[in-house]
Amino acid sequence: MIKFLVYVAIILTVLAVGYLVRVFELASSLKGKRSEEITEKDNRLMGRIMLAFVVAFFLFVIWQLKSYGWRMLPEAASVHGKELDWLFNFNMGILWFVFVITHILLFYFAYKYYGRKDNRATYFPHDNRLEMIWTVIPAIVLAVIVIYGIKTWNHITAVADPNSQVIELYAKQFDWTARYAGVDNTLGASNYKLITGTNDLGMDSTSQAGKDDIIVKNELHIVVNREVEFKFRSRDVIHSAYFPHFRAQMNCVPGMTTMLHFTPTITTAEMRKKPEVIAQMAGINAIRKARGDKPEEFNYILLCNKICGNSHYNMQMQVIVETEAEYNEWMKSKMPKKEAAPKEAAKEVAGN
Amino acid sequence: MSMENHGHHDNHGSHEHQGHHDEHHHEESFVSKYIFSMDHKTISRQFLVTAVIMATFAMIMSMLFRLQLAWPNEHFGFINWILGDKWGKDGILEPGMYMALVTIHGTVMVFMVLTGGLSGTFSNLLIPYQIGARDMASGFLNMLSYWFFFLSSAIMMASFFIETGPASGGWTVYPPLSALPQAMDGSKLGMTFWLLSMTAFIVSSLLGGLNYIITIINLRTKGMSMTRLPLTIWAFFVTAILGVLSFPVLLSAALLLIFDRSFGTSFYLSDIYIGGQALEQTGGSPILYQHLFWFLGHPEVYIIILPALGLTSEIISVNARKPIFGYRAMIGSIMAIGFLSFIVWGHHMFITGMNPFLGSVFVFTTLLIAIPSAVKAFNYITTLWKGNIRFTPGMLFAIGLVSTFISGGLTGIILADSALDIPIHDTYFVVAHFHIVMGVSAILGMLAGVYHWFPKMFLRHMNKKLGYVHFWLTFVSAYGVFFPMHFLGLAGVPRRYYSNTAFPMFDNLVDINVLITCFAILGGLAQIIFLFNFFYSMFRGPKSTQNPWHANTLEWTTPMANTHGNWPGALPVVHRWPYDYSKPGKEADYVPQTVPLAEGEVDGGGHH
Ligand code: HEM
Ligand SMILES: [Cu+2]
Ligand SMILES: [Cu+2]
Repeated sequence: MIKFLVYVAIILTVLAVGYLVRVFELASSLKGKRSEEITEKDNRLMGRIMLAFVVAFFLFVIWQLKSYGWRMLPEAASVHGKELDWLFNFNMGILWFVFVITHILLFYFAYKYYGRKDNRATYFPHDNRLEMIWTVIPAIVLAVIVIYGIKTWNHITAVADPNSQVIELYAKQFDWTARYAGVDNTLGASNYKLITGTNDLGMDSTSQAGKDDIIVKNELHIVVNREVEFKFRSRDVIHSAYFPHFRAQMNCVPGMTTMLHFTPTITTAEMRKKPEVIAQMAGINAIRKARGDKPEEFNYILLCNKICGNSHYNMQMQVIVETEAEYNEWMKSKMPKKEAAPKEAAKEVAGN
Repeated sequence: MSMENHGHHDNHGSHEHQGHHDEHHHEESFVSKYIFSMDHKTISRQFLVTAVIMATFAMIMSMLFRLQLAWPNEHFGFINWILGDKWGKDGILEPGMYMALVTIHGTVMVFMVLTGGLSGTFSNLLIPYQIGARDMASGFLNMLSYWFFFLSSAIMMASFFIETGPASGGWTVYPPLSALPQAMDGSKLGMTFWLLSMTAFIVSSLLGGLNYIITIINLRTKGMSMTRLPLTIWAFFVTAILGVLSFPVLLSAALLLIFDRSFGTSFYLSDIYIGGQALEQTGGSPILYQHLFWFLGHPEVYIIILPALGLTSEIISVNARKPIFGYRAMIGSIMAIGFLSFIVWGHHMFITGMNPFLGSVFVFTTLLIAIPSAVKAFNYITTLWKGNIRFTPGMLFAIGLVSTFISGGLTGIILADSALDIPIHDTYFVVAHFHIVMGVSAILGMLAGVYHWFPKMFLRHMNKKLGYVHFWLTFVSAYGVFFPMHFLGLAGVPRRYYSNTAFPMFDNLVDINVLITCFAILGGLAQIIFLFNFFYSMFRGPKSTQNPWHANTLEWTTPMANTHGNWPGALPVVHRWPYDYSKPGKEADYVPQTVPLAEGEVDGGGHH
């Protein structure tokens, strides 16, 4: 019934507008005007709206910067992240400048030169000097952007420090598993054909390096100021390991191992004390409270950022950056119960 | 050169007259006149109407998922009404359907509306008209091009009626997700439909593109040298070349995907364990697909934007009553953009683990493209300077395009910088960027073209006031929707997320999403005004005079009737470039291309 009424309402509205248009057209043709003709009055009105638009647009942008700006990701929590943030701001400086200038020119000209009846445009088909200027200047500015950009890119993608801690991140629909390389800092071999209900990562039990590997689900602990080298694998489809707070991301592709390394610089505890983070969390918790959800503390997070299936939107892992001591304490709790476990395993293999 | 052109023209003319002559012997039936027509004007209208309908569908899809993003877990009768209990139970969008809507929305907008629809409408309409030809080189292939396009659109929409739903792996359909039916429902039959639809689409696009290229090269009328072509034709020409060179690569990518899906090959698959089972396939690479896809995909974004820029060049010049500034530089930019667009595809793959050096190369080539794009933007602005601007609705949309092309292009500079791309790749920053620079710009360009050439297509005018209201609502809501999305991206929100509620860190962004959805609804309602104006004016709008905008190009020298063969008598002869607006020493502020040069007059296009 309601659906029917909606249909009727839509049809009636369309008819009504149709009649209005008809009336408007008849009225103007009675006055001897052609309704489609663009008059000077139209031009003036549109020119003015152009000007009003650009002012309103700038105000809208400023309002967004003010009311959204402080809710963006907090300060980068990694060494290269700081460099990236600097580079981003540097580029944005240039872009804002170009954005504002071009928009002022575009809309101001639209207003200033709105058509008047007895005006004539200036015939100005080209000017080699002007064209030269706006080819060369963008070229120079872009060269600067490219040089800085590639420099930073080279820093980030340089080979990892051989002493960095090796951790494997294993992606599957729809969760993350971390594998720590253990005392030898080398990951054991694995093969997807070995995957079973109890061997989630397909670890090869004959691989020596794998004996001391430690598998942890749902949380990732890393040590502040110590470089981590991640090796990514995927079991099924492409996922992407996205660490927004560390300004890091790498795809996880089935059939190959991808790598990424960074050095976290701020522990989770320190981050929670930063004024900007406190302000953000206060805002978040106020909203949660109003909704009846329990309050949350700031946490680093790893998200999946490549469409990977219906639960893509909920494929995450908490990341904890801590001091060396805290990390060792935690690691101990994850070690196999018996101290001698690695040795025993070694014997077993030797016995074979 | 004029000798050559002359002989050629004669040949063509006599051939066409023959064809024309035959027509008189039989009455055209409704079917051959309106359905299986081979007339470029009819085919152009068919493309336009199909594209308008497809755009409406794609827009409604975006409304559905925007409701979900702004008010997750809210119950919407509207969602249940459209999607039924299976996908919209209690008025809540089902996650799989969310992905399907996003995927089909993107595919339809990119391919059906802005590739098929935009090029199909305006290349078909304007190429013969503006170069002075009686029709396309092959009317038959042209007709096939439309019907493959129609088939493709129909298959795409039909996939909503499949039990397991349409394809839902994103418009880029990356394998293995899209290759494995175990991975998600959308990768079952829906994905097969998607591939079939795209295959038909590619056939359509190739038939159309080859026809456009051949027509432009061979059928220009006497005096219409390449440097006297309107910029619209240059844009369509380069666009068609891009399409012909890149779509076959997409077809091969799709074929290999079909093999992997159906015949157990492993082009894209390796070492996969899914659904409790280790697959046999090894040795393939999912990254191979991405290289093939983006080898098409990047030129594709220029296939979308170049025609829109071409239309804009023409509309801005006509309505500013000034020659387009830097005609030669504009042609150079179009060609440079066309060429460079083939060597930048890697910028979509910076974080796939590609060799960092290769990444640097793609940064460099991508930023090179910014130079011709900047030249175009500056030239548009200079064309307005000291003009006598007539604000037709078409002109408003064209100016809007210049604005969005600049705003969206600027954020492209951030994304092209591989280092900066790392933290924002696949976030809403990207969604904001490509919608503004490609989606909104091309839609504005297309609408500009519709308003401007409506009198040529349907012999009537669209209502001006409704056009004004339509423009301002559309333009304001486009920025209202897509500008705030940059901030979501910088806050780390990934794209293609059904909901952000699983992450407390995104809780304080809800108001941004609500604002975006409100603007989206406003923008959607504004399109009702357009739809009404479009269909109403088609039948009831005021009749147009022959050259309502006082333009120079040849299409306005044809009578206001759908004359078969376009010009009732001989083909027009061209004497000058198309941009002699407000030329000093001329009484009128326009000089059609058919007016001979006066004694001692220099042709502005640089033609000697
Ligand atoms: C009616 C106005 C539109 C709205 C409100 C809208 C909104 C959106 C949103 C929010 C997404 C991202 C969803 C997600 O990633 O979860 C999206 C995706 C997309 N849109 Fe639009 N859009 C509109 C028009 C367009 C136009 C004109 C184009 C033409 C290029 C377009 C092309 C795309 C593409 C290619 C995607 C990506 C699909 C994917 O992720 O696979 N959209 N749209
Ligand atoms: Cu995932
Ligand atoms: Cu690209």
